Amino acid sequence: MTALPSKKLEAWRYTDLAPLAAISFGAPPAAVAQQLPALDLPRLVFLNGVLSQNLSSSLAFAQPFVPGAETSAQPLAQINAEQARDGVTLTIPDGVDAGTILVISHASAGEPFAFHLRHRITLGQGASLTIIDIAKGDGVYWHNPVTDISLAAGAQLRHYRLQDESREAYNLSTIRAHIEAGAAYEHFTATIGAKLSRTEIHAALVGEQATAHLNAAQLLTDEQHGDFTTVVAHKAPNCPSRQTVRSVLAGLSRGVFQGRIEVDRIAQKTDGYQMSRALLLSPYAEMDIKPELQIYADDVKCSHGATIGTLDDAQLFYLRSRGIPEAEARSLLIRAFLDEALEPVQHADARVLFDAAIDNWWRVQ
Amino acid sequence: MLEIKNLHARIGEKEILKGVSLTVPTGEIHAIMGPNGAGKSTLSYVLSGRDGYEVTEGEVFYNGQDILALAPEDRAAAGIFLAFQYPVELPGVGNANFLRTAVNAVRRKRGEAELDAVAFLKLARAAVKRLHMKEDFLKRNVNVGFSGGEKKRNEMLQMALLQPGLAILDETDSGLDIDALKIVAEGVNALRSPNFSALVITHYQRLLDHIVPDVVHVLSAGRIIRSGTAALALELEAHGYAGLEAA
Ligand SMILES: Nc1ncnc2c1ncn2[C@@H]1O[C@H](COP(=O)(O)OP(=O)(O)OP(=O)(O)O)[C@@H](O)[C@H]1O
Ligand SMILES: [Mg+2]
Repeated sequence: MTALPSKKLEAWRYTDLAPLAAISFGAPPAAVAQQLPALDLPRLVFLNGVLSQNLSSSLAFAQPFVPGAETSAQPLAQINAEQARDGVTLTIPDGVDAGTILVISHASAGEPFAFHLRHRITLGQGASLTIIDIAKGDGVYWHNPVTDISLAAGAQLRHYRLQDESREAYNLSTIRAHIEAGAAYEHFTATIGAKLSRTEIHAALVGEQATAHLNAAQLLTDEQHGDFTTVVAHKAPNCPSRQTVRSVLAGLSRGVFQGRIEVDRIAQKTDGYQMSRALLLSPYAEMDIKPELQIYADDVKCSHGATIGTLDDAQLFYLRSRGIPEAEARSLLIRAFLDEALEPVQHADARVLFDAAIDNWWRVQ
Repeated sequence: MLEIKNLHARIGEKEILKGVSLTVPTGEIHAIMGPNGAGKSTLSYVLSGRDGYEVTEGEVFYNGQDILALAPEDRAAAGIFLAFQYPVELPGVGNANFLRTAVNAVRRKRGEAELDAVAFLKLARAAVKRLHMKEDFLKRNVNVGFSGGEKKRNEMLQMALLQPGLAILDETDSGLDIDALKIVAEGVNALRSPNFSALVITHYQRLLDHIVPDVVHVLSAGRIIRSGTAALALELEAHGYAGLEAA
């Protein structure tokens, strides 16, 4: 197996995989029946990393999994390519609105095991699709999915992810999106589960007016570690990109946001925006933020900002003075804090899903 | 009935209230006037239970209950309402959601049934109309981008919906135009009943033209230095606070 990336690599400075390297992960055990989210949507269900034909809908645009070679030098993607046994392959023809598809991964470990799903999502010109991706499980496991996305001109993909893995699990997700002229990739990840997780997104805007929204809400507690790393490559003129990241950190948790915006010489009139805000609910929580702008064009608008703060006493008192109990007042303020990151998620089912997950996160605090 | 007995309170090391004693019998409206920095807002915060204000001496009873040990939300449920001198903005919190959460929290604590969204909206829309507020107030984030006067009206909207037994109005009249002032006064007068009392903190007689107080108190340097009838406010308007300390 290709070696895991070490902390010495600049891209892995804040996320140490040593605890993961110390575990010996076996092959996935046979799956047992699971309680799955009750959303009434066409679905693809993976149990312990294997597509369950019984639990999955038959989808017109889904194809069987075919292994493929990895061309990048990214260690996690290479490991994935070596080990991948299954994954979603969806190809939506030109002009087709394929609606919403739920992708569920459920892992259930007695002994530690690893699985490496490899997903390919291809949208033809003007096609559109919404994917709601939910990852859950229990026990110690390592989920190492790679998702390759290709959006032809004018295509629209809304990609909403709820990472609600076992608190003992590791989730290292790599997402790569190739976005052509006028196409839009809208991404939102809620990081709630896993002991250690990272979502790493590489979005390439390769045609004019291609757009990428890469948003995240990280809600972490105890000793959880959550990393949201993005690289947005502006390779064509006139492309807007936005990243809105909100982290709520309790206990001894640690949040990371690394956001790089690369603007090629040709990518004039780029409009890049990046904002990370963290709310520390405990004096022991930590947030690490690394914005990077690499700009080779001269007529661009790129902004980035970061704040770290605590809940506002005046706001808390205002709510409580109206009779709202302290816990409820805190949860209202936290929900409000996350609002901007969630704003692009207009899909009703996804909204309900995330609201419930956030509510529940708060309740178990 | 509100009974404040020899109340001393400090912020950090600084003593702000230096022995305030005051009784507001049920059904009465009392005004508190006094120079800037006298401790009027401090008193209102201490009564509503804000953190950071340490009571070092004295007692406060509301309807016979010692309230100083209660959390702010429990005081609200007991019927105490503070209209803030500087209402707080809550970005990301919708006004309707905020109001409904508050109304239902208080109803729950009082053992009353919660209002569903439809019933609540009906109530809220009627109150908005009575206060001559724009409909979109309910849809906006709490106080965000509201003008000074709009924020004060929003305080009155909350008061109307929470139906307190004791309202503390901290300079609700500041920043209001004449029409808004009348609306606020109507809002308070509408609550007037044998079970309602109010402490109206103000710098100006003009509010007291509309909300006629039973008693006017003057708070200065952390103490009540004079109490009198509504005529006291007129006297203050004419002569200011100078010379009052000696009286
Ligand atoms: N957080 C604080 N830390 C230190 N001093 C404070 C604090 N808050 C208020 N004070 C002081 O306490 C005193 C009383 O303030 P308070 O706001 O109660 O006055 P007030 O009577 O309401 O004045 P105004 O008429 O201007 O509203 C002032 O001297 C003020 O500077
Ligand atoms: Mg004041």
